[in-house]
Amino acid sequence: MTTAETLIKEGGYKWGFYDPEEALFKANKGLTHEIIDVMSDMKEEPQWMRDFRHRALDIFRQKQNPPWATEQLNDIDFEGIHYYVKATDKDATSWEDTPDYIKRTFDKLGIPEAEKKYLAGVGAQYDSEVVYHNIREDLKKQGVIFLGTDQGLQEHEDLFKEFFGTIIPPADNRFAALNSAVWSGGSFIYVPKGVKVDIPLQAYFRINTKDMGQFERTLIIADEGSQVHYVEGCTAPTYSSDSLHSAVVEIIVKKGARVRYTTIQNWSNNVYNLVTKRAAAYQDAVMEWVDGNLGSKLTMKYPSVYLMEPGAHGEILSLAFAGEGQHQDAGGKVVHAAPNTTSTIISKSISKDGGRSSYRGLLKVYEDCDHVKSTVRCDALLLDKESRSDTYPTMEVDAPNVRVQHEAYVSRLAEDQLFYLMSRGLTEDAAAKMIVNGFVEPIVKELPMEYAVELNRLIELQMEGAVG
Amino acid sequence: MSNSPLLEIKDLHAGIGDKEILKGLSLTVDKNEVHAIMGPNGSGKSTLANVLAGHPGYKVTGGEVLFHGKSLLAMKPDERAHAGLFLAFQYPVAVPGVTMVNFLRQALNAKHGGEMPIREFREKLFSKMGLLKMDQEFARRYVNDGFSGGEKKRAEMLQMAMLEPSLAVLDETDSGLDIDALRTVAEGVNALMNPEMGLLLITHYQRLLNYIKPQFVHVLIDGRIVRSGGAELAEELERTGYEEEEALVAGGKA
Repeated sequence: MTTAETLIKEGGYKWGFYDPEEALFKANKGLTHEIIDVMSDMKEEPQWMRDFRHRALDIFRQKQNPPWATEQLNDIDFEGIHYYVKATDKDATSWEDTPDYIKRTFDKLGIPEAEKKYLAGVGAQYDSEVVYHNIREDLKKQGVIFLGTDQGLQEHEDLFKEFFGTIIPPADNRFAALNSAVWSGGSFIYVPKGVKVDIPLQAYFRINTKDMGQFERTLIIADEGSQVHYVEGCTAPTYSSDSLHSAVVEIIVKKGARVRYTTIQNWSNNVYNLVTKRAAAYQDAVMEWVDGNLGSKLTMKYPSVYLMEPGAHGEILSLAFAGEGQHQDAGGKVVHAAPNTTSTIISKSISKDGGRSSYRGLLKVYEDCDHVKSTVRCDALLLDKESRSDTYPTMEVDAPNVRVQHEAYVSRLAEDQLFYLMSRGLTEDAAAKMIVNGFVEPIVKELPMEYAVELNRLIELQMEGAVG
Repeated sequence: MSNSPLLEIKDLHAGIGDKEILKGLSLTVDKNEVHAIMGPNGSGKSTLANVLAGHPGYKVTGGEVLFHGKSLLAMKPDERAHAGLFLAFQYPVAVPGVTMVNFLRQALNAKHGGEMPIREFREKLFSKMGLLKMDQEFARRYVNDGFSGGEKKRAEMLQMAMLEPSLAVLDETDSGLDIDALRTVAEGVNALMNPEMGLLLITHYQRLLNYIKPQFVHVLIDGRIVRSGGAELAEELERTGYEEEEALVAGGKA
């Protein structure tokens, strides 16, 4: 098959290749306390973490799927998943020290090249373990920590223990409990007081093994007055059976600090992507989520910001593209737990070929939280009659003196816009792409140039043959 | 391109759904000619403009249209643009998030069938904007998004200037413009006109024709051209209105 034929077969998904399985260790399918002990032994974890995992598994078993969740969630067979697959023994700091086949995979994904060109640090996870981590020497000297989460626990246990599981406790929801039980990999980041990391740190997550579950756990602590931009990307092979990705991301944004967390989610269309992401922002801190969801079979993800002290600001930009057989259930949550806090949620979704996108959001203002300002805006674009979009906004405002705006719009790809652009010489396909690119522009323009280009390219791939 | 006229419309019938709006319209426009089609509301002026550009909402039920001697009606809207046809819309639609500069660049690339060097493109863009007395900042705005009436019409003229069509159809370009904006737009059109080009002005009122002088004026009533003449016909219509012509047509029917 030529590349083009492969692309067409895979519906334009270019990252569906896989490596032959050469894992050092692959746990049998199924979720048990024994698996947890095996993982904890292999990772040589402190007892408190082992206990935390066992407790979390018990919680997972007591928890149900959320009542509002789509029925598709019931299709996941938790006993048919490999919960721990370790490809290599080493979290290398040089690509040369990673196994050849893994290096080849990340080369294909363009990661080492991007690292050289425009990143301050890179982490790469392959199945369950982080296989590569590196950060610019000058940042390391300033005390910036950027490690795989397992390594973070080994090397900075006190700092780790102070914050781990405090923003998203295992009992938060069923998938947070699952992640807490079998978490492996992810990024551990600490930015010291006043240190500004001016170019992005990136982590890249790759699932390779069939019927695998990836449960990375990320913990970011931005100390007072610091600044960091973290970017994550992800892909997986296209398999006929489903994979599960269920991450937990906890972020602490201390007084006057600023964190931006950007996701370009591009899982293959057989991945369930069920992720809990939450940040706590303290006095005058700024937390921004830029959440792009293009891949996966079902994504359920609502990045959250808890505004804990006056002056804190939260911002969520959510972009979802649901193609054939995809359901993007995305959105965001902001909790105003202090007066004089502000927030913005902007959600843009595109549905095509019967794809379904949902906006699910929560805006909560606690009583006594005066002078809160919040704007929520959701735009949905439907490219054909088969596709679907739903909006589920929840507002709980318990304080009297607040300014809250909420707007939601659903539109269809307008014949008049297509005709207008075509009358200037653009083909119907090019015109549709231009309209969609314009639609997502308010989010894309927030990204560093390289990621904006990447995102536009992914959208164009999704748009191939969208019209006519 | 041989010796065939630029545009030949022969006995054109078209409408929306089952409603026939154009009922046998014939018209020939050659290069270096300026024609004006005038008519009251509902006479089929905008239908003609949309049918020429290939709007999918209109159905052609009879007749033919030749553009440079080739059948125009068989072409898609983008192919018509490539063949050299340009419609300045009465109500240009907004395309939020798409900058004028990006839009124009892609339109030009599509026309030339390849990437135009960015530098060459910028020089051309800025020189045409200068011609139309437009601020360069304008190129960074989103297509027609939040534009005033005058800005929309000027943006249409900029597109025309960049695409350099052989035939431009201006649909009610004077509507919604104050006198200063009208003058600027008209001066722009005059500056863009060249001997290889034909111009078809579609208008309800005569005032645009004070600034862009047509050699030929046609009166459109109820889907047909009922009278043709020179520039003086426009002035006469301005004085007498369309009532006389309408009465004639109505009388003819009875």
